Amino acid sequence: MKKFGGPAILLNRNDINTDEIIPAKYLTEITKTALKPHLLEDLLVDGKAFDSQSETMQKAKVVITRANFGCGSSREHAVWAFEVNDINVVIAESFARIFRQNMFNCGILAIELPKEQIQEIFEFVKKAKTTCGVIVYDSLKAIRITAPKDGITFKFNLNEYDRNLVSTGGWLAFAEVNY
Amino acid sequence: MGQTIAEKIFAAHLRDTPTPDNMVIDIDVIMCHEITTPIAIMDLVDKEMDRVIDPDRIKAVIDHVTPSKDSKTAMQAKIMRDWARRQNIKDFFDIGQNGVCHALFPEKGFIRPGNTVIMGDSHTCTHGAFGAFAAGVGTTDLEVGILKGVCAFRKPESMKIEVTGELPVGVYAKDIILHIIKTLTVNGATDMVMEFCGPVVEAMNMSSRMTLCNMSVEAGATSGLCLPDKVTAKYLWQFIQDDYASMEEAVEDYKKWHSDTDAQYAQTLTIDVTELVPQVTHGFKPDQVKDITELAGKRIDQVYIGSCTNGRIEDIREAASVLKGRKVADTVRGILTPATPGIYSQALDEGFIKIFMDAGFCVLNPTCGACLGMSSGVLAEGESCASTTNRNFNGRMGKGGMVHLMSPLSAAAAAVTGEITDPRMFQRMNKGISFTEGGEL
Repeated sequence: MKKFGGPAILLNRNDINTDEIIPAKYLTEITKTALKPHLLEDLLVDGKAFDSQSETMQKAKVVITRANFGCGSSREHAVWAFEVNDINVVIAESFARIFRQNMFNCGILAIELPKEQIQEIFEFVKKAKTTCGVIVYDSLKAIRITAPKDGITFKFNLNEYDRNLVSTGGWLAFAEVNY
Repeated sequence: MGQTIAEKIFAAHLRDTPTPDNMVIDIDVIMCHEITTPIAIMDLVDKEMDRVIDPDRIKAVIDHVTPSKDSKTAMQAKIMRDWARRQNIKDFFDIGQNGVCHALFPEKGFIRPGNTVIMGDSHTCTHGAFGAFAAGVGTTDLEVGILKGVCAFRKPESMKIEVTGELPVGVYAKDIILHIIKTLTVNGATDMVMEFCGPVVEAMNMSSRMTLCNMSVEAGATSGLCLPDKVTAKYLWQFIQDDYASMEEAVEDYKKWHSDTDAQYAQTLTIDVTELVPQVTHGFKPDQVKDITELAGKRIDQVYIGSCTNGRIEDIREAASVLKGRKVADTVRGILTPATPGIYSQALDEGFIKIFMDAGFCVLNPTCGACLGMSSGVLAEGESCASTTNRNFNGRMGKGGMVHLMSPLSAAAAAVTGEITDPRMFQRMNKGISFTEGGEL
């Protein structure tokens, strides 16, 4: 099974939609790698343009965000744009259904945590004043958010079927075996 | 215990229950367009699995950018075209026959009550208007659908939305669904099927039911649904007349897809529309909705009438009632995109295209185009559009642009005045002048 986790970036906003993750004008691409430079290009956070080229963003392997992440269009390009940028985990308070399913269908992780725990992570990272990391462990049942001298741990639940998709390597592989 | 329509459809299509919470169902109709399908096709070719479960269950169209605008979109169209020929997909719609998928496929009679439908397009929920379970999916789900004819969903939970009261003049299905999204918020119906019912929905034609279901995804829903009835049977009659002795028999048969009276709902919402006024969005989320009177006077640069939400003949007819004998304001660019060639042709026959052109509108061929900022009416930074489409996300119709979602009648009113306008004033005026030429503000 894939290794999950790494340096994290925080996106402090609810309802980030797939048009913001990858604008429709790039949907004319027929390779996933062509999406790489355009991830989160149109994202606004606090009404201001998000710096998608920052060092933290470039190094990130995990995205931590708020509620209803990935709403809007069904474009799997949004998941691929993360994948080709080596981001393999998104942790959020909640996801839009299609985006969440696209993540698991690609064999990568969409982890839901309660609002209070997401808030705790945001506060922890703010206090740490540095880039934090995420370790996914205990057979995809827990995460640890780490700062250089500190860390906090949370248990999470995956839908059993989604867990199977991740361990099989995605829906196509799972369907090929089962249907 | 009774079942909802969604539960009945899932039970009738059940292939597997990999866990108690998840269901793999057989899919009756797998719909494909040129934006999300080519990567699935190429992946299947790469994996030496280039085949389809059944060419007759696949419906394909080039609609998002058509005719192609550049080499990349031309290649996407070519991949679709070559694949449709190679796989013997008879229901493939290209230049001359193509139109916006969620308007075109219903017109062809492809969706029937009790069907399961997927497409790599979030507005697939539109087809729930026929009493079908229709869900937007990603490319991997689509790919598995093409190959195996199945798709996995969580066990469907339903939200019952009962629309009651008397629909006021000048208020439409678009205003109702915007009001519902405002009430539920953009994730209020996540993982739910929104079942629309009540006297107002029963009185609606299929076009309005499609508008309702189309935007259910904007509240996060998996599918919208209307119960199939005599309106459904009448719309489908030309396609089903060999299957039933009479329309009444079809209506009776469709009742097997009605939710039981003791069905369990996760949530029930009653919306009385008697006092509803035309609605309009502000901001970048479809739940940011106000009464149009609150936003009246806001300047508009472009008016876009079209899309899978509101590009059907009924929509064009309503807009034409305002535009007849009037001119688009000097500061406004008006764009009409009839959603299918059939609608375009009917609009020509009924004289609406002439009304739009005389008013100063540009009339485009059927395409998704500007709705998602891909072509045919992209906004410049700082511009705003009064639009009959379904999304007002930041950058949706072009980077730095603002989209105000509204009904076709409201969009036509904005075209004439150059600003967001309560369209009911035109209806009052039209009553007095009964559509005479040269009616002015």
